[in-house]
Amino acid sequence: MLAGKSSAFLAAAEGETTVNPLLPADYDIIWSLVIFVIIIFFFWKYALPKLQAMLDERSAAIEGNIEKANEAKAEADAALEEYRKQLADARGEAAKIREQARIDGTKILSELKEQAAAEAARITANAQATIEAERQAALVSLRAEVGSLAIDLASGVIGESLSDDRKSAALVDRFLADLEAGEKQTTATAGATSGRAKARK
Amino acid sequence: METALLVNALNTVVLAAAGEGEFHGPSFDDFFPPAILFEGTPFEINRLMLVRFLAVAALLLLFWLGTRRMRLVPGRGQNLVELSIGFVRDSIVYNNLGEKDGKRFLPLIVTIFFSIIALNITGIIPFLNIAGSSVIGFPLVLAVVAYIAFVYAGIKKSPAGFVRNSLVPSGVPWPVLLVVTPMEFISTFLVRPVTLALRLLMNMVGGHMLLVLCFSATHFFLFSAGGWFGLFSIGTFAFGFAFTLFEIMVAALQAYVFALLTTIYIQLALVEEH
Repeated sequence: MLAGKSSAFLAAAEGETTVNPLLPADYDIIWSLVIFVIIIFFFWKYALPKLQAMLDERSAAIEGNIEKANEAKAEADAALEEYRKQLADARGEAAKIREQARIDGTKILSELKEQAAAEAARITANAQATIEAERQAALVSLRAEVGSLAIDLASGVIGESLSDDRKSAALVDRFLADLEAGEKQTTATAGATSGRAKARK
Repeated sequence: METALLVNALNTVVLAAAGEGEFHGPSFDDFFPPAILFEGTPFEINRLMLVRFLAVAALLLLFWLGTRRMRLVPGRGQNLVELSIGFVRDSIVYNNLGEKDGKRFLPLIVTIFFSIIALNITGIIPFLNIAGSSVIGFPLVLAVVAYIAFVYAGIKKSPAGFVRNSLVPSGVPWPVLLVVTPMEFISTFLVRPVTLALRLLMNMVGGHMLLVLCFSATHFFLFSAGGWFGLFSIGTFAFGFAFTLFEIMVAALQAYVFALLTTIYIQLALVEEH
């Protein structure tokens, strides 16, 4: 209303024309109002709410997408973590198996070594026993043979038959004892004995 | 006011020219064509009213088409609607009022902006050739609406605060207030709506006058003056062309200015005590 009055005032100042452009005609005001009311209702009740709804929906969609992306990322992270854990587990397992294998290997190796050593010892012992036995056998047979040989020899030399067994056995024994004693002496002081024997000759 | 003076000047020039005969310059009669319907009643419809109806129909159609099927991923039409409303919303309303208050006044400002632009642009549309806002009624209605809006905003917020803010500037000693308060009253409650209405009206009236002058002069030089005068028509036509482009800018600029000033008046009415 104030605006109307003041525009009327200004219109008066404008000067007189047949139609004064600053004096509103009633139809002008009425149709302007109608236009204004139509437009404001259109924007207020239709266009702006629709736009707002769409914008809200859009931001919701964007938020939803971000949420989804976050979820997917979290999932991927979890999967990666899981995979890493599995990998680490597998590595640990492998290391354990390798370690076990190494330990088993050394154990087997040492067992084998032990076995081999024992076998070697057994074989050695056997060989020694055999040798000893053969030596004894050889000794016994040698003794018998040497005895008879010596007796034969002696009887040949002294012309006396030593057929008397008792006597001959005693003789052989004494001979052998002498021989053994001599032998011992020889092994103890080989050089001296040989020297003495040479000297006695 | 400058525009008003310009219009007057043009008018005298044109009247002088009209005396010579065939030249038909612009006149204020352009804005008051004979009635077509309901002559003599308050619902009289003349050519200019029809132009307004057409502009409004086009505006509503455009925005109806643009908002009919809103999609999250916008098409071309929706993009245009979103951009234009988004411009008004963000750079005019929200920028000044903030989002909370801005939401309340958004429909009003959007309406002011788009109705002005629609009614202004008819001034350069062939066969319409007159701005719907070049008769006082429409600018006046919008100015009154803007006036009511900012007074309502201030009084609803705090009646005493609004009156004090608008009439009693803080930090002014009381003897000065005797002068300042009436001045503030005039500037806030009288000058604001008047300037809102007249700025728009005079820009549109002036624009129409200029265009008609340029084009009727072109016509006159080309067909009536004869001889070498025909060459003048090139210059006048170039001016008409330039002013047409200029009018497009003015149409948008005036809508922007009107909407922005209304928003700022509302914002000033809403400010806390300062």
